[in-house]
Amino acid sequence: MNLISRRGAMGGALGLLSAPAILHAQPAGGVKIGLVAVQTGPQAALGSQLRDGFLMGLRHLNGRLGGLTAETVMIDDELKPDVAVTKVRTALERDRCDFIVGVVFSNILQAIIRPVTEANTFLISTNAGPSTFAGRGCNPFFFTTSYNNDQVHSVIGQVCEDQGYKRVFVMVPNYQAGRDAVAGFKSRFKGEVVDEVYVPLTQLDFAAELAKIAAAKPDAIFTFMPGGLGVNLVRQYRQAGLAHIPFLSTFTVDEAVLPAQQDAAVGLFSAASWAPNMDNAANRRFVTDFEAAFNYVPASYAAQAYDGAMLLDSAIRRAGGRLADKDAIRAGLRAADFASVRGNFKFGVNHYPVQDFWLLKVAKRADGKFQTETVRKVLENNVDPWAAECRMR
Amino acid sequence: MSTGLFLVQALNGLQLGILLFLVAAGLTLVFGVMDFINLAHGVQYMLGAYLGAALAAATGSFWLGLLWALPAALIFGLLLEVLVFRHLYDRDHLSQVLATFGVILFLNQAVKAIWGAAPLQVPVPALLEDGVVLMPGLQYPLYRIAVLCAGIATALGLWFLVERTRLGMLVRAGATNAPMVSALGVDIRRLFMLVFAFGAMLAGFAGVLAGPIFSVEPGMGDHVLILAFVVIVIGGIGSIRGAFIAALIVGLTDTLGKSLMPDLMRLFLDPSAARQTGAALASMLVYIAMAAILAFRPRGLFPARSG
Repeated sequence: MNLISRRGAMGGALGLLSAPAILHAQPAGGVKIGLVAVQTGPQAALGSQLRDGFLMGLRHLNGRLGGLTAETVMIDDELKPDVAVTKVRTALERDRCDFIVGVVFSNILQAIIRPVTEANTFLISTNAGPSTFAGRGCNPFFFTTSYNNDQVHSVIGQVCEDQGYKRVFVMVPNYQAGRDAVAGFKSRFKGEVVDEVYVPLTQLDFAAELAKIAAAKPDAIFTFMPGGLGVNLVRQYRQAGLAHIPFLSTFTVDEAVLPAQQDAAVGLFSAASWAPNMDNAANRRFVTDFEAAFNYVPASYAAQAYDGAMLLDSAIRRAGGRLADKDAIRAGLRAADFASVRGNFKFGVNHYPVQDFWLLKVAKRADGKFQTETVRKVLENNVDPWAAECRMR
Repeated sequence: MSTGLFLVQALNGLQLGILLFLVAAGLTLVFGVMDFINLAHGVQYMLGAYLGAALAAATGSFWLGLLWALPAALIFGLLLEVLVFRHLYDRDHLSQVLATFGVILFLNQAVKAIWGAAPLQVPVPALLEDGVVLMPGLQYPLYRIAVLCAGIATALGLWFLVERTRLGMLVRAGATNAPMVSALGVDIRRLFMLVFAFGAMLAGFAGVLAGPIFSVEPGMGDHVLILAFVVIVIGGIGSIRGAFIAALIVGLTDTLGKSLMPDLMRLFLDPSAARQTGAALASMLVYIAMAAILAFRPRGLFPARSG
């Protein structure tokens, strides 16, 4: 009962300012965000990036989204789909969240997308962008501010074509995302794949694979080794003296793992739609203030979450703060009327971004920290390969 | 596959085996001598790595870090023994598994609370930064060779300690029949404590050595622990010699399997299927080898406990 009375009091205080029809029982004049970010286990660093990026966005918006006071409910998915579903249900039913935002990993997204969207609540993924919801599975209540993974891997395929690499060595972990990475890469690379090596996700030592690479003498290697795998690989690659072979990667060298890779990663290549050194006003402000507030270099997880906050702000503003008017909110989200840290940003028919993709290179900054920096634009206004299959109802 | 590549892969396998041996040696002693299942042994490996990283950063030298991390790991092992494990010796294995699993969860979180979830960086000591060229295009890092040598030296030292000293004799006797050793007037509790702390230090030593090669992160001990259990089961519980041989078998099987299996599968399957099944089979190979060895020698290769 305490909850009701408190809500009543807040409603009384703010009722005059807020929109008239409040079907959803959120505190009037406020908006509640359920922020899903993994905080336990070895991948917690990524969740922290995501959380801090979103909070940075809120800070720049003075704690308000589209004029409404924003309240954030933190949800630690523990990287367990069942836990995520339970906690998200609680956030929807008990906490009455108006939006669910965040999600680092695709398997968590796949678990929570139905409970959220079936409750007619918008789910805004700021990182996971699996192909399952980009094509036939596209959903009017689902948006993502990141990308479809296939796009990122295909960038490296395109780079290899552009550079004229004929023989490329491919190494990925042996699970679904790893196999998707190979498929994405091959969608644009037409040369010879010298060898495809699949390593277990629990791989510690890459010595055996590195010896194979040295023996194969490829023009370049393409790899996708997220998290600790990438830390091990990059350092061992450097120690094995293989750095003269161009190292092209996705999700292997980024600001989340660079503090552990340090000098070993300098000069290695990556692909993404954002980098900390991108030259636009929104990004300069984001990176400067983020580093001042959290004392580390933001990665794409943070940048996309920051964009997520800005997107929500613009959508709620466009809908005049009427959170219950789902069509108006959806129209606002689709318009994507905000200054993205990526510069060029709009949504395609499937609610996945249409954006530019860049080749990045790891560099050491003057202050001794490490970051990825743009080398050149590889794909412009790129639409993910699944969008054509989407029939949005 | 050329002979050069094969030799390099064999060397890689040996090196993985040696690292596994350092972890497994402590585990097999604790399990063999005290009949105590210590799942938290992997965490002690992780702690060693973290202590090494932190102390190396604090002192500015990997060697000083290593020097300080060893006693720190030893003291930590003693502390755990006194606080937690001592109360579990008389319980059944299930209680031990549950309690030590709790220690894993606790320490993984504690490490994360202190050092953060992001992996730490331990630089390779400047002395060993270079590599030797064993085959064209591939440098074999000196550091890995140093790890190999350190591991072999430790193994020899352990062998001497266990087989040739009075203390070692007590340890072996304890592994064979603890109540009898106790009845002969040896303070078995103190022996246990010693063995335990020593095992923790060995695991910590392996952790410090692993720091510059692998990423130092919470939960890093968990993968190693599983392999270490495979090693002690193959080698025979309580046997240092068994652990050494088994660690080399596991290291070589794993490494050579990874490099040969996909090529082998290509004889039967088309290339893309061969790569994936080959990779999957290679990661199972260690366990298949364990099953095969246990089928013929159910007590492992060199069982310590008789009857």
